[in-house]
Amino acid sequence: MADWLTRFPEELHLNIQAPIDNGINYMVENWGGFFDGLSNGLRAILRAVQDIIDFVPWWALVIIVFAATLLTTKKWPRAVLYSILLVSIGLIGLWDELYDTLALVITSVFISLAIGFPLGVLISFSDRANKIVRPILDTMQTMPSFVYLIPAVMLLGLGNVPAVIATTIYAMPPMVRMTSHGLRQVDTEVQEASLAFGATRLQMLGKVLVPQAVPTIMTGVNQTIIMAISMVVTCSMIGATGLGSEVIAGMNRLDSGRGFAAGIAIVILAIIMDRITQNMVKEAKSSDA
Amino acid sequence: MTLNNTDKTAPQEEDIILKVEHLSKVFGRRKEAANEMLEKGADKAAILKSTGVTIAVDDVSFDVERGKVFSLIGASGSGKSTVVRCLNMLWRPTAGKILFENEDIGQYSAQQLREFRRSKVSMVFQSFGLLSHRSVLDNVAFGLEVRGVKKQERLDKAMEMVDMVGLNGWENKDITDLSGGMRQRVGIARALANDPDILLMDEPFSALDPLVRQSMQFELISIQQKLNKTIVFITHDINEAFKLGDRVAIMREGRIVQIDTPEDMTVNPADDYVRQFIQSADKAQIYYAKNFMQTPTCLVHIKHGARAALQQMRDNGMSSAYVIGDGMRFIGVIPLDNAFRVRAGEMTFDEAIVRDTPTTTQDTLINDLLPIASQAKYPLAVLDEDNRLKGILSKAAVLTALL
Repeated sequence: MADWLTRFPEELHLNIQAPIDNGINYMVENWGGFFDGLSNGLRAILRAVQDIIDFVPWWALVIIVFAATLLTTKKWPRAVLYSILLVSIGLIGLWDELYDTLALVITSVFISLAIGFPLGVLISFSDRANKIVRPILDTMQTMPSFVYLIPAVMLLGLGNVPAVIATTIYAMPPMVRMTSHGLRQVDTEVQEASLAFGATRLQMLGKVLVPQAVPTIMTGVNQTIIMAISMVVTCSMIGATGLGSEVIAGMNRLDSGRGFAAGIAIVILAIIMDRITQNMVKEAKSSDA
Repeated sequence: MTLNNTDKTAPQEEDIILKVEHLSKVFGRRKEAANEMLEKGADKAAILKSTGVTIAVDDVSFDVERGKVFSLIGASGSGKSTVVRCLNMLWRPTAGKILFENEDIGQYSAQQLREFRRSKVSMVFQSFGLLSHRSVLDNVAFGLEVRGVKKQERLDKAMEMVDMVGLNGWENKDITDLSGGMRQRVGIARALANDPDILLMDEPFSALDPLVRQSMQFELISIQQKLNKTIVFITHDINEAFKLGDRVAIMREGRIVQIDTPEDMTVNPADDYVRQFIQSADKAQIYYAKNFMQTPTCLVHIKHGARAALQQMRDNGMSSAYVIGDGMRFIGVIPLDNAFRVRAGEMTFDEAIVRDTPTTTQDTLINDLLPIASQAKYPLAVLDEDNRLKGILSKAAVLTALL
């Protein structure tokens, strides 16, 4: 009886683990300079963001959230509610952790947008670039993040810097996708009109395509923010400070209360940032339509 | 109506602004295979089936005269929108040439093409193609902005255009606040703001409801008379094509079936397809002389004599003038040759006036006028009860009304 019909033939084993290990070891040994530079650069950005956030006193942050909610939703009860929710994070003793997390999230989102937007523009123009970038985006989004946490730690060490990289890898794809999608779906006649009046590519992009795509691009921003927040706990496994590390600590010490408190704080942060940016999307859409 | 200006004595072929020579446009990859089949005389459907190539436009040639309206009409899928997009190179022709003032625009560099689009030709779209994130005024100013005109200057110019299309007071509104008709006014204003030589209009009124469409047609005619732009007008509506076009081309399956003036096409349709197209025109509407008459321009008072009549004819490019008395009372018509004879002293002004020319009243049905109008040497004088001249009605206008 042919054995290979019933069982997968083990003789056909293909070893991809060793080459990957070797590759990463090679990178650690030989590209150290590059990764040190990257690490230092990211650390500088992170520190700058941290400094700016630390400069904002707690009451100012509450006022900012109140004003932003009022501005985007036009509903003051909601603004009051979100302000109270924010204050409650401080009440349960997690204000400093909130600031650490905020710095991590804002830095990652900032980098995601800075890379994601131009990449989205590129793949909206070029079908070839689109064919190359799309599968990479799919991989970035579906590859379990723990997998690249290991090499990230090996290359960049523990702490907030590899956390920023991991978060960016996870949170950037929706920005790229939504930017490209938004630009591609601009009405054909609108695009034709801008060409027919002699617009250059850059004029068309700046004066026509991007403004027309703003609602969709804003949806991408919103998704990027939410995905960045959802990475907070994972990142704490490689030493990121903030609310996530509280969850990890609660888990390690079987301290449900501590874990839940931090979890609730993350949910509150997510809700506030989601609702504010989502209403910015709606605003952009209603002025369009 | 522009139709009435079709003066048989005027030079017809000398002032061609745009010449399309053997234009073809093919969509799909296996173009060579399709070409081969085409040369063997295969039809479009067979070519599409065996090669996957769509032949949108097949060997189309026509000339557009400066200052005239050229209507291109056909059913959907006949290739008319493809033709108009080739005229400003939005779509590159597969074969053939587009000559603008004898320059082959297919040979233009990217920079030259942009210049051409910025200053020589502009376009109006079926679903308007407006920028919904901008105000009316900023939409109208778009072409000037792209061209790099300074802000104040372009806004002034845009405001002028907004006034011309009758949107005064709406300039700061959002596009979304406007009705379809108003949006297309913005589209027209935007196209005119660049002061182009040629206006390409791709079914500009097809998305509008019939009443709005009619008023837009009349407004386009008056704008055209004021600015004397060359217009290439795409439509699937034969009424519209005949009403607006000095010349009309009918397209079918990517080819031009017939190019003619509306009158000649009505009288001599090239084949059954054209005949059917003309018959499909909406005859149910009842029109009166007053609906289609034109304001008389070439007027001379009986006291002023032949010299004034000649001057009027020269100014208006007409070959006859209407002679009136006090209070616009109609007396007769003086033809060009008679006026010359008066000047040469061969006859008196009074003798030169043709008094037995047929006239009509404002409330006469157009249908009843066909026999009179087709016999008349000059456009019919439309009079009121007191014999006052209210308007003139050309043969072409009567024909258009009946279509």
